[in-house]
Amino acid sequence: MQDMLEIRWHARGGQGAKTAALLLAESLMGEGTYVQAFPEYGPERMGAPMRSYDRISSKPIRLHTSIKNPDVVIILDPSLLADPSTLDGLKEDGIILVNTVEDPKTVREKYNIKGRKIYTLNASQLAQEELKRDLASVPMLGALIKVTGLTNLEDFLAHIRKELERKFAHRPEVIEANLKLYQRAYQEVKSE
Amino acid sequence: MSQVAKELMALTGNEAAAYAMRQINPDVVAAYPITPQTELMQTFAQYVADGLVDTELVTVESEHSAMSACVGAAAAGARTMTATSSQGLALMWEVLYIASGLRLPIVMCVINRALSAPINIHGDHSDAMGARDSGWIQLFCENAQEVYDNVLQAVRIAEEVFLPVMVNYDGFIISHGVEVVETLPKEVVQAFVGERKTPYKLLDVEHPITVGALDLQDYYMEHKRAQSEAMRTAMPTILKIGEDFEKLTGRRYEAIETYRLDDAELAIVALGSTCGTAKDAIDELRDEGLKAGLLKIRVFRPFPWKYIQTALRGKKAVAVMDRAEGMSAVGGPVFHEVRSCLYDLGDRPPIVNYIYGLGGRDVSIEDIKKVFNELVPIAETGKVEDFYRYLGVRE
Amino acid sequence: MKLTDRLHSWKELPIGGIIPEGGTSRAYKTGTWRTGKKPVWHPERCIQCLFCWIYCPDDAILVTEDGKRADFDYDYCKGCGICARECPAKPEKAIEMVDELR
Repeated sequence: MQDMLEIRWHARGGQGAKTAALLLAESLMGEGTYVQAFPEYGPERMGAPMRSYDRISSKPIRLHTSIKNPDVVIILDPSLLADPSTLDGLKEDGIILVNTVEDPKTVREKYNIKGRKIYTLNASQLAQEELKRDLASVPMLGALIKVTGLTNLEDFLAHIRKELERKFAHRPEVIEANLKLYQRAYQEVKSE
Repeated sequence: MSQVAKELMALTGNEAAAYAMRQINPDVVAAYPITPQTELMQTFAQYVADGLVDTELVTVESEHSAMSACVGAAAAGARTMTATSSQGLALMWEVLYIASGLRLPIVMCVINRALSAPINIHGDHSDAMGARDSGWIQLFCENAQEVYDNVLQAVRIAEEVFLPVMVNYDGFIISHGVEVVETLPKEVVQAFVGERKTPYKLLDVEHPITVGALDLQDYYMEHKRAQSEAMRTAMPTILKIGEDFEKLTGRRYEAIETYRLDDAELAIVALGSTCGTAKDAIDELRDEGLKAGLLKIRVFRPFPWKYIQTALRGKKAVAVMDRAEGMSAVGGPVFHEVRSCLYDLGDRPPIVNYIYGLGGRDVSIEDIKKVFNELVPIAETGKVEDFYRYLGVRE
Repeated sequence: MKLTDRLHSWKELPIGGIIPEGGTSRAYKTGTWRTGKKPVWHPERCIQCLFCWIYCPDDAILVTEDGKRADFDYDYCKGCGICARECPAKPEKAIEMVDELR
């Protein structure tokens, strides 16, 4: 891992990007891995465009500033790609991970994206199938683990299981559905 | 450092404060919700509902009432805590002076937020700076770890010097950002904070006392002089508690923290979350050959003028960062005080003020580097043309 | 520590402006406020109803250990006249306000 990896989430209020950013940080934290996750609050309304951020580093993180040159941009609502500022500052060899029905090649052509690596996942549909809800942020986390190699799937799932067991102790079916969703996302994310 | 079992947790600044409060297990918490403090009290209220603390949580109808309830509880001998932000702190204003004048050891988290108008919910120091003369000890935190650590220390500071303590941290930047926080076991925290000491008990009917009696021309001044003495002599106690805390955790807490300042020619002075960003900026500048350094003020009240004087002696240029516009027309509040404490130095460094980050305006590494780069010509000529500046504002 | 003997230095004051004991108003002799009139008690007319003791806004009516009306404590009598006004003894009140030149 390089010294520090910076991730910027683009979503609409209510899509769970804040929670996903926090969950990612929590699941990666450990001895020798430092994390930071923070949302950028604007109007705080359902549907309003919002951003949240993750920093993952092998050294303690001291920065308290927003992320302007991310290594990864995650887009939970593909319509946000229509705003070119969504990709502002993304590194030349950076990763774009989009929740969309399209494949990476179509996304590249449709939005005229130069360089970078594009990955897509139909996260909304996956979430509908497994959770019966459009919680796209959940499978996007699974896809993110795959495309960044931040950790291995087993460690990640083990952490998620612990978290879910705390919240859904009385509903084991929810835990299993979530874990299956992460796994499917990990396998089904598409590259160019 | 001793080998206390510690746990790494991913916590927001608010969760770190709430977790510290849970481990302290205060007798009384009276609070009213306000962004960005809400998450702290919501988390703590959950602890109360889950029976994880023994605290009497008093939900009141305003911050004025919150602080009033705290005054009553603390006077009665209860270990008392609260939290607020911005307009909430402003509404507490008259009661803040009662808490400090009665020498009540209340601990309050102040999640720093801009003051209206225009209305803004984001981080700046306008609220805390407005309360800087209220007789409260004021600590400022750089990150979530310092929030946890300072809340624990604040309880002991308050109860040993008999002054209320504000633990300040930047709204959203720290309050809503998740960072890795090393926590102590509850029994270690309990042993560290100990039992609350009281010089008297309000509810002791065998030894009745009067609290808040009228004080006229013949005694008011003596009481204020005595209160001033408590603030003037608080620092050794604050430092001693910092040393005790370091023995437990290995983390050092003093009046100020310096970063690459000893051999620096150019220095900036700042409080709060910006200090972290400044450290990264300083590393980059050092690599570029500029002798840059940081003076971070942790204890703003009592004002650590001696430490600041010593740390800034001999610097070629100093920039003081104010995350509040004091509206004095001659610079921000931190600038005034830092500049004043350099007055007695024979060889005073030239000094400038930057108002920055108001209403949560982002502060980047580049912003900090810009400040240092603007110090270069000042250091060369020793001259300051315009000392009252803004950073990151559209002209 | 006795707070009422003299004006004290700030170094001697109890913390936070508290008054660390009860009954300190005893040291504050409000009788000096009296101007012009003072009440005089006539025990031979007194019916021992203790109305005066109830109505006195300060602590100027002394009562014996067995609950009987005793004389005034003029150290705390401001000369307000309430006791004389409320005294129900008939045909003549047991308390009379008389001129006092001081």
